[in-house]
Amino acid sequence: MNKKEELERWAQLLRYDVVRMISNANSGHPGGSLSAADIAACLYFNEMNIRPDEPDWPDRDRFILSKGHAAPVLYAALARKGYFSIETLKTLRTAGSMLQGHPDIHTPGVDMTTGCLGQGLSAGCGMALSARLDKKSYRVYVMMGCGEMNEGQVWESVMSAAHFKLDNILVILDYNQLQFDGSVREVLNPGSMKKRWEGFNWNVIEINGHDINEILSSFKKAKETKDIPTVIIADTIKGRGVKFIEKDYMWHSLMDNKKFTEYAEQMREELKNADSFYADRLW
Amino acid sequence: MTYKTGDWIPTRDAYGEALCELGEKNKKVVVFEADISKSTRTNLFGKKFPERYFNVGVAEQNEMAIAAGAAMCGKISFVSTYAVFASMRACEQVRTFVAYPHLNVKICPSHGGITPANDGVTHQGTEDLGIMRTIPGMTVLMPADANATKKLLFAAAEWDGPVYLRLTRDSVPIIYDEKTDFTIGKGILLREGKDVTIIALGDMVSKALDAANLLSTEEISAEVIDMHTIKPLDGDIILNSVKKTRTVVTVEDHQVECGLGGAVSEFLGENYPVPVRRIGFRNTFAESGEYELLLEKYGMSVKHITAGCLNSIKMKGKIR
Repeated sequence: MNKKEELERWAQLLRYDVVRMISNANSGHPGGSLSAADIAACLYFNEMNIRPDEPDWPDRDRFILSKGHAAPVLYAALARKGYFSIETLKTLRTAGSMLQGHPDIHTPGVDMTTGCLGQGLSAGCGMALSARLDKKSYRVYVMMGCGEMNEGQVWESVMSAAHFKLDNILVILDYNQLQFDGSVREVLNPGSMKKRWEGFNWNVIEINGHDINEILSSFKKAKETKDIPTVIIADTIKGRGVKFIEKDYMWHSLMDNKKFTEYAEQMREELKNADSFYADRLW
Repeated sequence: MTYKTGDWIPTRDAYGEALCELGEKNKKVVVFEADISKSTRTNLFGKKFPERYFNVGVAEQNEMAIAAGAAMCGKISFVSTYAVFASMRACEQVRTFVAYPHLNVKICPSHGGITPANDGVTHQGTEDLGIMRTIPGMTVLMPADANATKKLLFAAAEWDGPVYLRLTRDSVPIIYDEKTDFTIGKGILLREGKDVTIIALGDMVSKALDAANLLSTEEISAEVIDMHTIKPLDGDIILNSVKKTRTVVTVEDHQVECGLGGAVSEFLGENYPVPVRRIGFRNTFAESGEYELLLEKYGMSVKHITAGCLNSIKMKGKIR
């Protein structure tokens, strides 16, 4: 199995975990978790320099899920990397669980509390400035969503990262074009997202956010870019992988758990029969 | 740097100077500013430690969350702006990104209360203490003078977790000598008395002392406490005093709801109910004008504190 094939399988497994977790919790946000799965797989299983057995390792790369409602895909990646057990995923959103509805720094592997939209990149700038001050080489990865592009603070932080020349920050915009109440154009037309970021002096790379090779090569290009921060605008499909919710903004959050739970079972059967990779990893 | 008693100095000046001393001693200290460094006095730190100083422009929400990110990486982040902006423009950032993760972000805004008198309501933070006090895990301070500012600033840097330290734009008299010790969460008994307890903070502490002096000419003995820490509140010092005087007047440059008056009333209501009079703004904004005149107009002058004490002593007969 080559790297691409392996990462595709991890992404598919993260999707399965996301569906299972949300179905189990009977609440959560499947659409934006599923659109981000391929990128999350590439980050956690290839790109980031991290130590799951030492979550607070000072030199680790940082990841901030600014679109915090996609917490299930982050938790799935952390569990699959070994930060905590797969069993823990069953406790999502329940009292006493380490897996809060939106990410909380007290969970091993979570580098920043998020969920209130539009603030993750600001925190990322603080981390990137600290890295520079301490002469550390760690990088800061911030995943943002399209709905939060409405927030004014996003553009404050976009200006800051460029002003301070934070080339140790990489923003990945999971641009699935849908937000809670509809398409980004219907809710608050952003115009050209590419031109926006370019206007603030960012290096902009546009990719298909479900193509593993494109994701990996964009990460590489970002690392090679000096003195200006890079944003990867990833063209993605909300709900990717669960056919009946794809591109449906109504499924930003869970709509019909009976249907969703039936799908989780169906997905389990399909994966079990698909490949030996999945065999002992399903729950 | 120390300050002579009797001199008048804005506590923001002391902050700017003490921050430089702190930066010298502690390399983890980083300072964030929102384009008002000449006013908050962080320009001093910026000149001395340019590599640890970040002016993020007029963007307080971003400023607060950047400070949180730096604190996540082991820095002690100082955030400078005005009280209205720190507590309201960036309120959610404080709550969710600073307090919820319990980070070492020290928010030190100038322009607390109506000390930015002539600037008017837009720049007068008269609700900030209440907002900050309501946030779980916040520590909320207001030093009474420049010496207290320096001591509490150093204590805040050592303190585990977020701190809100409110400063004044205008001058306040130096009432402490440089030897006085300050501990976060421990009020200071400034004057002993037996008839009434005046609890004040910040710029109103010197007013409370003036009121106590005035009362003594009428044979009324007022105890004065500087409650420089509103949260965590020093219940012991209140109880010890109130068991003796059996009535309290709170004095603050702030709305009477949720601030010092609120905190003391809540504590006494649960622990030792006695009459309480609260001096401060009562459901009103102030306006542009000279500081002393505004205190007079809005019922917060020495004369009003004195009247509050007399009232409060009269009320004693009606309870207990």
